[in-house]
Amino acid sequence: MTYDFQWSILWQQPYGQWMLEGIWTTVRLGLLCWAFALTLGIFVGTLRMSRLKPVRMLATAYTELFRNIPLLVQLFFWYFAAPRILPKGLVQFLYYDVNNVEFWVVVIGLSIYTSSRVAEQMRAGLGSIPLEQYHAALSTGLSNFQTYRHVIVPIAMRIIVPPLTTEFLTTFKNTALAMTVGVLETTFMSQQIEAYTFHGLEATTGASLVYFSISMMVTLLMNIVEKKIAIPGFIKRKA
Amino acid sequence: MRGFITTFQLALISIGGGVLLGIVIGFARLSSRKIIYYPASAFVFLLRSIPLILVIFWFYFIIPLLVGRPLMDFASAAIALIVFEAAHFAEIIRAGIQAIPEGQVKAAYSTGLNYMQMMLSVILPQALRNMAPALLTQSIVIFQDTSLAYVIGVKELLRSAAIVDAREVRSFELYTFVGIVYFIFCYSMSLLVKRWEVKRRTSL
Repeated sequence: MTYDFQWSILWQQPYGQWMLEGIWTTVRLGLLCWAFALTLGIFVGTLRMSRLKPVRMLATAYTELFRNIPLLVQLFFWYFAAPRILPKGLVQFLYYDVNNVEFWVVVIGLSIYTSSRVAEQMRAGLGSIPLEQYHAALSTGLSNFQTYRHVIVPIAMRIIVPPLTTEFLTTFKNTALAMTVGVLETTFMSQQIEAYTFHGLEATTGASLVYFSISMMVTLLMNIVEKKIAIPGFIKRKA
Repeated sequence: MRGFITTFQLALISIGGGVLLGIVIGFARLSSRKIIYYPASAFVFLLRSIPLILVIFWFYFIIPLLVGRPLMDFASAAIALIVFEAAHFAEIIRAGIQAIPEGQVKAAYSTGLNYMQMMLSVILPQALRNMAPALLTQSIVIFQDTSLAYVIGVKELLRSAAIVDAREVRSFELYTFVGIVYFIFCYSMSLLVKRWEVKRRTSL
């Protein structure tokens, strides 16, 4: 095995600059998608508990549809296939006039995909709340909507914090797929460095370390958050 | 169509390899010997915190160095998937084994079995039965994950669609079709898992 390791390519100019830009894009992409996915996911997940059958079925269909198609296929759909069925004017505006289309395509695709997974977690969280809570809230005079808004959803949210942390990390890792449609994020940059310098191993290792350290930081942070917001009386996670 | 078969093969190989390697690593994570426990834990943590796409690239670059010649794309993707999924399977398996009551272990020892016999014929069969739904769910995830082999040029379902698209320029039909194929397969699998789970719960 003779391979000339040159770790310095990771901070040499212009490659170091590329890496930093890539990391910045990854972070922005991750946070943006997460914000959208969380809002949408909580909403859809709650709708699945609705008493109206059509609403429930629609929410279930949404969740099952987007959960069962690989993310990469969905991204390709939004990027390559969607422009062909949308009205011409809209396509012109969306795909040619907007700067940085790739970025927004990924934001949409990844958000929808993640929201379906969040919705599934949300449903599990809501399902774990005893029915008495619901009856108790109703009997204090809250309306059905108020009950969900002020009692059920807040409790469910706290219960599903650990799985949501995992889900966030998954989202964050999934942003790496954005490279396939040409978003200049960390993985893309590492492959570009490979293309310029033939030092693929160092570049890939560098990118891996970036993901690893961010994941670690988030995990540590969420451990603290989890302890802070744990509801007394519920089973605590063993430290 | 050939793409679908490749996707299928890739999924089967990675599931098989992943489960086997996962069992080994899952056991290593339960070991009381530090020299076994720490490397296995490091392996699991590291692989669980980096994107699969990077793992695929990693093997794509490192295998030629170790072997001295580039491997086929398919083999490279399969190895990457096996290693990556093994880390995920290992966690499922560890959890499954830990869910078996301690009394079972003691009972097995008291009948005179040694560690190997105890694990293989008492603990593992029970644990595997308990874990079956989780393992199957992970298998569905793997089936979806094989689409990532696209990036290093394996001609699986998605890549085949992209190739046809480059020739025929029918993006909408092609990608919708790919989506439908994945959906039908994954959804029917997940329904199957759900049914099975319900059946098991009622039989207990």
